[in-house]
Amino acid sequence: MRAIALVDCNNFYVSCERVFQPKLEDKPVVVLSNNDGCVVSRSQEVKELGIKMAVPWFQIKDIAKRHGIIALSSNYTLYADFSNRVMRLLSQWSPDQEIYSIDESFLDLSGMSKLTPYAQSIRSTIKQYVGIPVCVGIAANKTLAKLSNHVAKKYKCYNSVCNFNAMSTDDLDTLFSQIKVGEVWGIGKRGAKRLQQMGINSAEELKYSSAKHIRSEFGVTMERIVAELNGEACIGLEEITPSRQQIICSRSFGVPITTLTDLKQAVISYTARAAEKLRSQHSLSCGIQIYIRTNPHKEKGAQYQPSILLPLFEPTDDTRVLCHAALSGLRQIYRSGYSYQKSGVMLTEIIPTTARPRTLFEDIAAQQKSRSLMTTIDQINRRMGSGTMQLLGEGVKKNWAMRRGNMSQRYTTEWNELAIVR
Amino acid sequence: MISMQTTTARPKRLERQARRATHGLLSLTHPNKELFHRKRALLRGAVPAGFPSPADDYVEQRINLDEHLIQHRESTFFMRVAGDSMRGLGIFDEDLLVVDRALTAVHGCVVIAVLDGEFTVKQLLHTPSGKVLRAAHPNYLDQHIKPEQDFSIWGVVSWNIHKI
Repeated sequence: MRAIALVDCNNFYVSCERVFQPKLEDKPVVVLSNNDGCVVSRSQEVKELGIKMAVPWFQIKDIAKRHGIIALSSNYTLYADFSNRVMRLLSQWSPDQEIYSIDESFLDLSGMSKLTPYAQSIRSTIKQYVGIPVCVGIAANKTLAKLSNHVAKKYKCYNSVCNFNAMSTDDLDTLFSQIKVGEVWGIGKRGAKRLQQMGINSAEELKYSSAKHIRSEFGVTMERIVAELNGEACIGLEEITPSRQQIICSRSFGVPITTLTDLKQAVISYTARAAEKLRSQHSLSCGIQIYIRTNPHKEKGAQYQPSILLPLFEPTDDTRVLCHAALSGLRQIYRSGYSYQKSGVMLTEIIPTTARPRTLFEDIAAQQKSRSLMTTIDQINRRMGSGTMQLLGEGVKKNWAMRRGNMSQRYTTEWNELAIVR
Repeated sequence: MISMQTTTARPKRLERQARRATHGLLSLTHPNKELFHRKRALLRGAVPAGFPSPADDYVEQRINLDEHLIQHRESTFFMRVAGDSMRGLGIFDEDLLVVDRALTAVHGCVVIAVLDGEFTVKQLLHTPSGKVLRAAHPNYLDQHIKPEQDFSIWGVVSWNIHKI
């Protein structure tokens, strides 16, 4: 039987913060999204208070005060470094790894003996080496591994490692009957609602539902989920993450923006960031879309949410060309008199640099010049910290920049922000 | 030898390209002086020829301090020292510590410990009466770890980097 493990970090962002701030251990802690908007990570203590994921911070301020919840701004630089450390360590335990998200990874452990102790050693090593607690779920395929991980997390008796392959069908069915259908990987909120209307409430009921009926109602994806619940392996490990077909950089502003000057700065900043991502995956973009929008949650203010897609004359990864296009788009959609809250830049029609189409009027020398300039800028920013070299158009003061009121230090990526020991 | 071949093949191709560029469609619609000069400059420019460096076969990676100081890449962190409690072991204020969490904290090694939620760098001793954190400074007393205290070893200090 195949053995697929899903290793998932517990409360990942909070756990990262606790590594360098041990005094946060055993305290209720949340990490907030950009601009300190919503809760994106909760410690166990906070979960037990009944605070849900993604609730806006202002809604829970009172309860937070009562229980002494500590709220931190998100420090993605720190989390990315910890994620890299965890993923690289995990690759030592299996020849086949799929990094599924910042804090989850599938490992193919087929053919290994004594899986539960093996998984326990993975867990204790990650905890010792980087200080991050993880849970491991093992099963015959990815959907079941996800479910197994859910069980390992939810029920204390499994000691953070759950192995479906070592359980009998009867035991599994009993377990599945206690799991709500919405917890199954790939079902989602809407899918769960529709399934419930059909009388399918638990994972067990979904497992024994008619595959044909499910297929006619929901399509092949859901049929595959049912097949996986029955132990078939339908979804393979994707070891190489495919290059992204779209690159998006969008953020809310720290304060609402009304002037074109501020909007320009924001759009140039986001475009520059997107272009950097584009170059890091060795691709070119053939089109750029930008949007600006007012705050939809503000009922009184006038609403305006325009967007524009601009095709590019030539596929490019040059920040200057992309910014030029973005700005001409912004000028077309900007209307004064609105108070803008967010803007975003999306690079579309992405092709690999090696597949650059030749054109009659292309200027090879200019392309080379652009490439060396962009490479130089990227290298400088990588070595000296991001934003060291930027376009002047991004603005120096950036009055609109994100609010990150309570961000911890970048302990692992900045020399002058190291942890202090006495 | 390879470079010799390219030197003969290249100018002809470039010449063709330059001719095409200056006499072709491009120059008829937009007489492009800049392009013309650039192609000529390319023709006149240096082409790799001559003798290869006798040291080419002996090029090796230059010594890299990371390799020397970091045994386990994923479990190694840097920390900054504040204070002089460890100066007897050569660890001074503002020194840079290389901390490896993969190492086992044995008797006598210098550790980063967490005591009541705070980081501290001290020498760890395993004594019959329990663990002791010892400073390397006459003004600091030994700290005997009581079972009720919130105590853990965060990592083992493997190097200290001190600016002279």
